[in-house]
Amino acid sequence: MAPPSSGRRRRSRFSPLTRQVFLYLFCLIPAVSDIAQGMANTLGPNPVSVCLHDFGRWAFRFLLISLAISPLRRFAGLDFMVYRRPLGLLAFSYAALHVVFYVGVARHFDTHVLWKDFTSRPFLTFGVLTFLILLVLALTSTRRAIIALGRRWAKLHKLVYVAMILASVHYAIAFKTWHTEPFIYAAIAVALLSLRLVPKPGKRPV
Amino acid sequence: MAVYRYPRPASSDITPRRLFFSRRALLGTAAGGVLASGLKPGMALADAPVAASARGWPAAETPTPRDDVTHYNNFYEFGMEKSDPAELSGGFHPRPWQVQVDGLVEHPQIWDLDALSARFGHEDRLYRMRCVEAWSMVIPWQGFELGALLRAAGVKAGAKYVAFTSVVRPSEMPGQRGGLFSLRWPYVEGLRLDEAMHPLTLLATGVYGEALPAQNGAPIRLVVPWKYGFKGIKSITRITVTDKQPPTSWNQMAPEEYGFYANVNPDVDHPRWSQSSEQIIGEGSLFRTARRPTRLFNGYAEQVASLYRGMDLRKDF
Repeated sequence: MAPPSSGRRRRSRFSPLTRQVFLYLFCLIPAVSDIAQGMANTLGPNPVSVCLHDFGRWAFRFLLISLAISPLRRFAGLDFMVYRRPLGLLAFSYAALHVVFYVGVARHFDTHVLWKDFTSRPFLTFGVLTFLILLVLALTSTRRAIIALGRRWAKLHKLVYVAMILASVHYAIAFKTWHTEPFIYAAIAVALLSLRLVPKPGKRPV
Repeated sequence: MAVYRYPRPASSDITPRRLFFSRRALLGTAAGGVLASGLKPGMALADAPVAASARGWPAAETPTPRDDVTHYNNFYEFGMEKSDPAELSGGFHPRPWQVQVDGLVEHPQIWDLDALSARFGHEDRLYRMRCVEAWSMVIPWQGFELGALLRAAGVKAGAKYVAFTSVVRPSEMPGQRGGLFSLRWPYVEGLRLDEAMHPLTLLATGVYGEALPAQNGAPIRLVVPWKYGFKGIKSITRITVTDKQPPTSWNQMAPEEYGFYANVNPDVDHPRWSQSSEQIIGEGSLFRTARRPTRLFNGYAEQVASLYRGMDLRKDF
């Protein structure tokens, strides 16, 4: 006997994949907007720096949103699980744009300078480590990888918590003085990570 | 009166600016009258011919567009973003303005800004500006040599340093309200006396032929072209000649990162980033920034290197 379909849930006209693709493309608007404005020369005296920093902030935001999906389901009963993968991929995509702008546009792929940067500038070391984790997670987010990795997939993708912490440090120490915004972002990150520590009632030993 | 010669781009490289040129044309037609009427030579200096001396300067170097010079600023009193000073300085009143000159001088005095301009006049100085954040501009300033003011004040024996104090006006400067993590106010800076007396060291009252806009340090600021930009204290209210090395704002904030001297030096990296090259603001594209190697003393080594003979520039960064 087929399980009764959930009555309160309105069936979408679109398949989950279509909705995922829609969300992904929609959320690329900030990137398209920045690049279009940059090409039209309306981003001010240093358009590269504006793009670089905007992309970094968007990567952080999508990382936060993707980490909010499971707490939303658990504590608020809202199920956006279908959108978690595109949100994670958006975080990776913006991080990749951020890295490309730094490595290519700002540093002209100068490997000597980049090596020195990544090894002697702590905030960049944190940034590189964050990106490497996001890269591994993005590469293992295909259906095939999920099946191949089995139970290890969930374990591997817990690395996103580490990425979140590294990214928070990267952003907080990137300025000449302490700025307020990175601490607001970090506070949200800490809150979202802390929710993972709330014991699940079903698993509590009696 | 001798005009101080310093390396600058060839006059043909200067970007034409309607306002800039109309002003110069005006002065040009007035010049004959000025000379005939026997006014102070300082008045005519503004129209001094641009010397062909381009020693040490790449021929292609051009002034940074005016909009970039006035919309990409570090002036934490108005906010931490580069766009904040232009956007958030509308409530700032640079007039009337007084500058107190005191300390180890024969004639301590509170100068009205107009009196300073009348006494010392102004001349054009096209200077490179290198920010400690590894970007640079080329800026046409108008102003007078700090040395002229100090000579007029009469520096006493035993004086070794000059301390500068900026303005504190939280009601007009949003960056001075709250700002838990920001700098301490007032912003303070300092120079060694010989640096202060150097003919390159300028008190600027104008940029691009107009009075300094608030975001560039209205109404009077320091310009020391061989040092990182943060040495160029803006909106100066007090100049004190002293025998002790004065505190400086960024040094107080992070002594390991910002020294008292802050001379531009490609071989002495900031602890958190390389100083070997710089991004040229106003050039390049969205897909490739314009960069060039940074030069010792920002290209003014010939003029200022002798000030630091025998010093370890790594130690006294």
